[in-house]
Amino acid sequence: MSTVAQKKGFGAVLWDYLTTVDHKKIAKLYIMAGGFFFLLGGIEALLIRIQLAVPDSNFVSAGFFNELLTMHGTTMIFLAAMPLLLGFMNAVMPIQIGARDVAFPFLNALGFWLFFFGGLFLNLSWFLGGAPDAGWTSYASLSLHSEGHGIDFYVLGLQIAGLGTLIGGINFLATIITMRAPGMTYMRMPLFTWTTFVASALILFAFPPLTVGLLLLMFDRIFGTAIFDPALGGNTIIWEHFFWIFGHPEVYILILPAFGIFSEIFSTFSRKRLFGYSSMVFATVLIGFLGFMVWAHHMFTTGLGPIANSIFAVATMAIAVPTGIKIFNWLFTMWGGSLTFPTPMMYAVAFIPSFIMGGVTGVMLGSAPQDYQYHDTYFVVAHFHYVIVGGVVFAVLAGTHYWWPKMFGKMLNDTLGKVTFWLFLIGFHLTFFIQHFLGLMGMPRRVFTFLPNHGWELGNMISSIGAAFMAVAVLIMLYNIVVTSVKGEYVSADPWGDGRTLEWAVASPPAEYNFKQLPLVRGLDALWVEKMQGKKEMTPAEPLGDIHMPNSSILPLIISFGLFVAAFGFLYHPDGVSWSVPVMIIGGIITFGSMTLRSIIDDHGYHIHKEDLMDDDDKKGVEA
Amino acid sequence: MQKKLKEGFDQAMKKWLPNLRLLALFSFMALLLAGCGEPFVSALQPAGEVAKMQFDLMILATLIMVIVIAVVTVIFIITLVKFRRKKGEENKIPKQVEGNHTLEVIWTVIPILLLLVLAIPTVSATFELADVKAMEPDTRDEDAVVVKVTANLYWWEFEYPDHEIVTGQELVVPTDEKVYFELIASDVKHSFWIPAVGGKLDNNTDNVNKFWLEFDSEKTEEAGGLFYGKCAELCGPSHALMDFKVKPLPRAEFDQWVDKMVAAKDAEHVPASDVAKAGEELFTSNGCIACHAVNPGEVRPKPGTGPNLANFGDRSTIAGILEFDKENLKKWLKDPEDVKPGNLMTDTYDHDGLSDQDLDALAEYLMGLKIEE
Repeated sequence: MSTVAQKKGFGAVLWDYLTTVDHKKIAKLYIMAGGFFFLLGGIEALLIRIQLAVPDSNFVSAGFFNELLTMHGTTMIFLAAMPLLLGFMNAVMPIQIGARDVAFPFLNALGFWLFFFGGLFLNLSWFLGGAPDAGWTSYASLSLHSEGHGIDFYVLGLQIAGLGTLIGGINFLATIITMRAPGMTYMRMPLFTWTTFVASALILFAFPPLTVGLLLLMFDRIFGTAIFDPALGGNTIIWEHFFWIFGHPEVYILILPAFGIFSEIFSTFSRKRLFGYSSMVFATVLIGFLGFMVWAHHMFTTGLGPIANSIFAVATMAIAVPTGIKIFNWLFTMWGGSLTFPTPMMYAVAFIPSFIMGGVTGVMLGSAPQDYQYHDTYFVVAHFHYVIVGGVVFAVLAGTHYWWPKMFGKMLNDTLGKVTFWLFLIGFHLTFFIQHFLGLMGMPRRVFTFLPNHGWELGNMISSIGAAFMAVAVLIMLYNIVVTSVKGEYVSADPWGDGRTLEWAVASPPAEYNFKQLPLVRGLDALWVEKMQGKKEMTPAEPLGDIHMPNSSILPLIISFGLFVAAFGFLYHPDGVSWSVPVMIIGGIITFGSMTLRSIIDDHGYHIHKEDLMDDDDKKGVEA
Repeated sequence: MQKKLKEGFDQAMKKWLPNLRLLALFSFMALLLAGCGEPFVSALQPAGEVAKMQFDLMILATLIMVIVIAVVTVIFIITLVKFRRKKGEENKIPKQVEGNHTLEVIWTVIPILLLLVLAIPTVSATFELADVKAMEPDTRDEDAVVVKVTANLYWWEFEYPDHEIVTGQELVVPTDEKVYFELIASDVKHSFWIPAVGGKLDNNTDNVNKFWLEFDSEKTEEAGGLFYGKCAELCGPSHALMDFKVKPLPRAEFDQWVDKMVAAKDAEHVPASDVAKAGEELFTSNGCIACHAVNPGEVRPKPGTGPNLANFGDRSTIAGILEFDKENLKKWLKDPEDVKPGNLMTDTYDHDGLSDQDLDALAEYLMGLKIEE
């Protein structure tokens, strides 16, 4: 097995990706699938904005609008933002800690395929009788009242996708705990690795409540229980708790890796180590911890009473402190640096004011009596888009430009990147800034239309125009990606010239084994330490030897496909069709059968031999 | 390091301080101007004690946040201007600063203090807004007006338990005193919100929520005597159209209204014309009467029934959203689905079978159902 890129047919490449367990290829799968769902969610957003551009609009019907808003939120959170971030984690984190892959490569592939089939299942609802329409929060009274199968698609699709995410999170935790290179202590880990670590821990604790909530909702809808039906002794508020005990940490699962991406970018393009590294780590862990203490601030108007509301209000405000620490640390990383502004840095710089806007409105929302006014209005819509677009999406776009050369070996065009950046930035603020005021002027969120005499026309029109800017920006980025893939030239291991962390010590794109010899890490910013001592590459921590690699496998795809099949059985079960139980069983057999196969077949992987590795040297110039 | 930082700050302050002041002033102006939106629906034009309390907190929070934003903006701009890589510095390696304890303590402690400034009034307001002693059985203030609000797909019922009267879609309250509300939903969760008068509280399906609001008489006049109420929790296709109206009246007029409602309980409604009489018959023969009571004392069991129509003729809108006139009423009766998608009235009667004459008669009858003259 050599790593030299061979010319392969389309079928062979496809098979390679369907069976891969290589973290770098799985990263590409995550980014492709996440990118696709991002476009889908974007189209849904555009339809929403077209409908709301003018009052009394009939562009889409009321029922369809509710499906659009539900699927926009669900898609963007579960199927776009999370997979894109998981993609970057997969692409970068193992290399940043000096590992050859994640701890469980097979599980890594399984995580991806579960997410993929979950997302696919959820989106098939569009063609099979209508999408879910109770909002991404799917509050129990409404979701039980909702007719058709939309909510069943939501429950089953998210269950499958969520399982994938949980597996991914556990895998990253195990990887970071056990697979760091010699010398890579916890306090030498790059901040993106740290945020991956904390976000994975959040996934581990936040997803089970969602799993349980979805399971109970499934019982209610499909098997006729009454867990959320007050008429029969159930309780709908329990769903709100389940959802937000998951839902709030979810926000930090998204934003912490974004913080990590920006930390890397600030440091690289300031040519300076991260200011206050240890307080950054501390702030990350503290945000992760506090993230579990504040869920009820989404429920201030549910009527939990003044004691609960006060406690959660104060806890929520407290999160502003570690977040503020981070902002100042980023500013002072740049302070005194030697700043350059390629596209990734543009996003990082723009992120600071954008995210502060989202942060301060977050504190305002955390103050319970104010929240009684803001809650469920466009003010909230503005707030969380400032956080999620101004934070997470900016980070994803920045990370795309920053790590593209590492993942694909070619640099995205910087001029096109900047055009994308400016259009997106302007569009983003046009769309969402005015929404704060729409909310304060009395406009509730999730409304399919509004009446002409409320004074909301201008604001909504501006907002819709902004959305068009963002759409054009994304199209230009797609064009950039295509042009780069076709025409771009291959770049060196450290294309930005100021790379500090280990991913810049390996070839672009890296060999399948990442490091020929595991590197010896001698400080924070391991590559930078070596560079400052006049060396061009990492000091090896082991002699050259055979490398043990895992075999590819189609089983992760088949295991996930089985659940996908079984989900149709569950979905149509309440209709009383005769084939529902057999389909469940067939799906179960596919899944558990392939799991059994995986258990009984010994798979020892294969070795890349020393001699082949030496050959590689001349061809690819793999360093370290 | 610190000295250099200080120099940077001083320089910056000299350069940016006037702009900073301008920024603060501008933000403040923006806030004043933010008294924008329509007075009958905007939270920025507080028309009662609750909304005022919340608005004041908003201003306090905004001022604190403007301070934070200003500080960050100043550092941000200086950094970007001062530390960009200049020509000839391509190989410069900046000093690799690890951190600075003094600075880190400063930007930890100051935000904590700023947050305390906000946290204290927040907690005190939270408790004040939840004070409903006057409506609790043990501590009941007999004068206090209590309204039971039941939210339904997609309409509102307002019941006055003290007087055993009920009305739909239009809430009548006395001005300049605390009015107490108990909220419940009959089908799915809704949320009761009168933006200009105060923040919202949810109508849960499980339990009763209680709070109070106060309606300012002067602001009521400015708003044209009528506030818009909204459902703030996604509840189905017509969530956006689940509006109600609030008519605050001076206490004396409110009492008169209550008396009239109470009196109407025992009075038989007599249609004013033959057309209206025909409408009344249609109202019965089409089965409308099964869901809609026309006696202000009659509370129908929910879910599954419609608003009480005893004072329908006094309303200011049709179905909560259309202007109150005969054409709109006929439009609503002819094709309710077109006006409010997903409403529960659509399939309960043969609306296609209603002739134009029938619609006229029904409209005549319904618009004649009045308490006020």
